[in-house]
Amino acid sequence: MTVGAVPVRLQEVVDEFADLPRELRLEALLDYSRRVPPLPARLEGHRDAMEQVHECQTPFFVASEVADDQRVTLWFDAPPEAPTTRGFAGILAGGLNGATVGEVLATPDGFWTMMGLHEVVSPLRLRGMTAILARVKRQLRVQAGP
Amino acid sequence: MRPVVERDPAEKLRAYSHPERLVTTAWLADHLHDPGLVVAESDEDVLLYETGHIPGAVKIDWLNDLNDAVTRDYVDGEGFALLLSSKGVTRDTTIVFYGDKSNWWAAYALWVASLFGHADARLLDGGRQKWIDEGRPLTTEVPEREPAEYPVVERDDKAIRAFREDVLAHIATRGRLVDVRSPQEYSGELLAMPDYPQEGALRGGHIPGAANVPWKRAANDDGTFKTAGELRAIYEGELGLAHGDDVIAYCRIGERSSHTWFVLSQLLGFPQVRNYDGSWVEWGNLVRVPIERSAGTVRG
Repeated sequence: MTVGAVPVRLQEVVDEFADLPRELRLEALLDYSRRVPPLPARLEGHRDAMEQVHECQTPFFVASEVADDQRVTLWFDAPPEAPTTRGFAGILAGGLNGATVGEVLATPDGFWTMMGLHEVVSPLRLRGMTAILARVKRQLRVQAGP
Repeated sequence: MRPVVERDPAEKLRAYSHPERLVTTAWLADHLHDPGLVVAESDEDVLLYETGHIPGAVKIDWLNDLNDAVTRDYVDGEGFALLLSSKGVTRDTTIVFYGDKSNWWAAYALWVASLFGHADARLLDGGRQKWIDEGRPLTTEVPEREPAEYPVVERDDKAIRAFREDVLAHIATRGRLVDVRSPQEYSGELLAMPDYPQEGALRGGHIPGAANVPWKRAANDDGTFKTAGELRAIYEGELGLAHGDDVIAYCRIGERSSHTWFVLSQLLGFPQVRNYDGSWVEWGNLVRVPIERSAGTVRG
């Protein structure tokens, strides 16, 4: 596993943001906030089956599932009144769903600096993004077993 | 001739020292189209405005609009003039600020506007949440406002902004300090609000002599301000602040203390209230400044 490689789909999202002028990055983030996949019935209303990301400033829950072929699907539950955090969820869902466990674990924790997000979103918020990814990785390590 | 935007005559507001600084949601709904009035949304979540805002409201982003991009400071007179001109605001415009989180950032934006001496800046009592809870309209349509000519006015920090040197001098003269953070942040048990990332300061605790009155005590659950009588009981009764006291308020980065600054200076009419916007993120990182702590050692 190479630490520092960004999975292909996530790299596309990173490039999309990086190529945008600063003032359009917030719009792109808003766009991603609308692309959070709806929860499947087995998770809808079952926050106990998900993990709360306490570092986010609004109630935010994440669950990760690993298929037999080691490919990852992430599910997010974030309120509509927290569009910035929902935008992070949309980026992670769009960029990491379908990647392998190894690829997600190798994703650099601060990948968002390559997107220029720190120029338009406050540091406190961005720590939420880091925290979401950290919890996803921890969940995957637990599921992978020792 | 400047169009005069009337005051909100609501009875609750009349008991405040400066009732002209606050408007109710009902009043605003009736005055959205008043000439000379501009509604401005300022939120902690910088994308909330885009998901829906009060019809006609412009967005003022605390991070991208009010702060200098390089120095940790606010924009200068030219930057402020450029910003407000682009929003169609003149020096005579009545600005009604509102936002999320019980108006933390709206109060902060109003405080920054006050650094530039903008005369008629008001807050929407209850902010964004109350407007929504009452089922009032929102739109995603961004208003196209004619650019206006806002003059370049030098920012005057002296009256309502405190720097760390001012705070040190204030400690020496035993001036009144109000720490508006949570009790856990004040005691030194936590470095940031509960459930927020515990980063940003290397030391926990509070500025010596500061009394802890969390900002939230001034607000009702619906985000509106408590009545003048209730506020006086807290700040004059419990805390013992007297009219004419020299007061400095602080929090973690200066936004929650803008809320308390608004309460003390605008609602209760204390003439000498400053916001220490450097707040704990600065103080808790400064080498050799005194710190008081009522919990065990906390080191970042």
